[in-house]
Amino acid sequence: MKLLLENAHIEGIRNYDIYRKYGGYRAVEKALKLTPDEVVEEVKKSGLRGRGGAGFPTGMKWSFLAKPEGVPRHLVCNADESEPGTFKDRYLMEFLPHLLIEGLIVSSYALGSNLTFIYIRGEYAWIVDILEQAIAEAKSKGWLGKNILGTGFDCEIFVQRGAGAYICGEETALIESLEGKRGNPRIKPPFPAVQGLWMRPTVVNNVETIAAVVPIINLSGEEYAKIGVGRSTGTKLISACGNINKPGIYEITMTESVEEFIYSDEYCGGIPKGKRLKACIPGGSSVPIVPANLLFKTAKGETRYMNYESLSDGGFATGTMMGSGGFIVFDEDQCIVRHTWTLARFYAHESCGQCSPCREGTGWMYRILKNLEHGKGKMSDIDLLWDVQRKIEGNTICPLGDAAAWPVAAAIRHFRDEFEWHITHADEAQKRNFGLAHYADPRPVSAS
Amino acid sequence: MSDTPKFKVTIDNITVEVPAGTTILNAARLIGGDVTPPAMCYYSKLENSGGKCRTCLVEVSKGSEKDPRPMPKLVASCRTTVMDGMEVKNITSERVIDARKGVVEFLLINHPLDCPVCDQAGECDLQDLSYEHGSEQSRLDFPKRTFEPEDIGPNIQLHMNRCIMCYRCVFTAEQLTQRREHGVLERGWDSQISTYLNKALDNEFIGNIIDVCPVGALTDKTFRFKQRVWFTKPMDAHRDCPTCSGKVRLWFRGEEVFRVTGRKDKWGEVEEFICNTCRFDKKRASDWVIEGPTKVNRHSVISQNHYRGAVEAQKDLIREIIGKEPKMLLDIHTISDVNRPEIHLSEIHGPSHSNDFLPNQQLEGQRKLEVGKK
Repeated sequence: MKLLLENAHIEGIRNYDIYRKYGGYRAVEKALKLTPDEVVEEVKKSGLRGRGGAGFPTGMKWSFLAKPEGVPRHLVCNADESEPGTFKDRYLMEFLPHLLIEGLIVSSYALGSNLTFIYIRGEYAWIVDILEQAIAEAKSKGWLGKNILGTGFDCEIFVQRGAGAYICGEETALIESLEGKRGNPRIKPPFPAVQGLWMRPTVVNNVETIAAVVPIINLSGEEYAKIGVGRSTGTKLISACGNINKPGIYEITMTESVEEFIYSDEYCGGIPKGKRLKACIPGGSSVPIVPANLLFKTAKGETRYMNYESLSDGGFATGTMMGSGGFIVFDEDQCIVRHTWTLARFYAHESCGQCSPCREGTGWMYRILKNLEHGKGKMSDIDLLWDVQRKIEGNTICPLGDAAAWPVAAAIRHFRDEFEWHITHADEAQKRNFGLAHYADPRPVSAS
Repeated sequence: MSDTPKFKVTIDNITVEVPAGTTILNAARLIGGDVTPPAMCYYSKLENSGGKCRTCLVEVSKGSEKDPRPMPKLVASCRTTVMDGMEVKNITSERVIDARKGVVEFLLINHPLDCPVCDQAGECDLQDLSYEHGSEQSRLDFPKRTFEPEDIGPNIQLHMNRCIMCYRCVFTAEQLTQRREHGVLERGWDSQISTYLNKALDNEFIGNIIDVCPVGALTDKTFRFKQRVWFTKPMDAHRDCPTCSGKVRLWFRGEEVFRVTGRKDKWGEVEEFICNTCRFDKKRASDWVIEGPTKVNRHSVISQNHYRGAVEAQKDLIREIIGKEPKMLLDIHTISDVNRPEIHLSEIHGPSHSNDFLPNQQLEGQRKLEVGKK
């Protein structure tokens, strides 16, 4: 079942006329007949959770928005999608720009934002043009501007490009950057819902979250909540990549099992060349990596499904997180040490340098891992690495410290033997990979 | 202000009543002593400062009377306001001590241990902090981070390698001067304080960035390499200054004024910011009205043996300070000749001179101390 990508394959859906022909902007017509509070109520009923990674209920986030008299409020769409492995927002914005704009109009109406921003990653330069063209089209047709549909509601949308910093995807750093300052995360509290952009109440939502508001209004909150399972309602976009036959964007209803998602032809289509599965990162680079033996079945022996609860079953000891949906699959030929080093390099490069554990710790972890990967490691380095990540996690201003610490922690937790092998067999490790870990792939080797 | 509600907050089992809106750190400072978390980046006179160094992390074991849930993460006490009935654990929490030790290690891995040639040594917050919380050895196997030296003007020396990125100098320039001319460049491991254009910082109040710097990254060029701070004797003084309050601290050695700084309180924060003219240009005792010697905490290295009533012999000294504020670098008595406890300095009148520290007969010939001209 597809809600967001239903019309994505239609030729020219990027243009207003075709988008409108296939039922576009119905949600705006419907929502503007309701009061803003009723729209918020619909979103609350839908049980929609933030699609940017944290999975915080969107309706609740919206209801936290402070509404002081005479102070403008803002909605900011976070399109600074920079997480390695995540590229779902890019697809949405590139092929369905009007879906995002429709969602933004409805959300702006619900939150009372007359000035709405899309903060887009600087590298998505061509998408800025697509979005700006779509905004111009929507404005010429009266969906934006003054007095939309005669309801007296004014709304303008502006696109702002970032300058290539991952940290600007953190909501307070994004606000700082949008204000024209250095993108350093702010210290919370105060939260953006009270003092955000220019010290005004602000809501920052992911692109997919905003887009999901459109089907919620079209279907009604109750109907939307029936899709999915438990507290994971609706559909979720998964950007699958790595060692799979069919990398790409998939819309799932969160009832699929992980095994089905990797091996069925409808989704990833299995692992190329009949290789065996080694590990998987199911939610973008910052969530813990899971070895194959814990991926299909949880530690309790239950089948693991692609949803918020099932993926995080077992906590970080045996589970992981849904995250932003960047699904990265590793086959038996991949080196976990090298992979962890790559991620550590990314986080060391992207740390803003504001708070000391993250500034010093990420760079330190990167250097230790570089040594390990290049055969210069010591056995004590593994424990040191563990200690460093433990002292970063939870002690930083923003979640980037956690995001840098979790992949390292999970890699050591599950693949310690591979790290040790890199030290004891330093020369061999330069020539070949460790191969599968101490566990077997739970699926038999296919016959290809 | 009388209608500001009062909140009761308990820090390490000591309850104190503070007005609403007070931060945990300031509440702890009211109690004083060991329960006060260390602060490397927070500066009560600078708005928005704090939250960055993470040394002041505390555990909130009870959120408030209304919502008694504990906070899941350690919070930065300098930026978290108290709630009524909040219970905070600082030195009674294992988690906090562990995390603080980690933060101190992070601050030190790239900090050059060049204290012997650093002008800040003796009044450095990071020295005190690492003495209390640091481990004896660094676990970093890699070369320390270094930066190209940058000239930022005739009066202020920037030594970027020592910087711990507390942002205090950035806030000072922003809030005290008309135009901020330096800031943070780059990010992460490579982030640095810089003017980018090697431009001289010449604002009238820019000298205060020396006082707010917790480490030796920003030091006084007019004082550079001239004296160790523990050889100089602080005196409070004032003058009629048209731009600032003129209330300063003069650092004497003999009759000579070596340095002028703002008056620092017991938290190491200046009471009033002073102007550059007072700081850099008025270096004669005759420029000033001397009020008298500054009361320095006798556990501070600066106060060692300068005053009557200081603890006398080395044995007594160790017994005296055990279990008290470990602010003093004990080792200086065991490894160094320069501050010898057996030389009974409390008997010496007037400001101390380097000749007072000359080695005794036994050591003569073995070492020679290079001392400034009397």
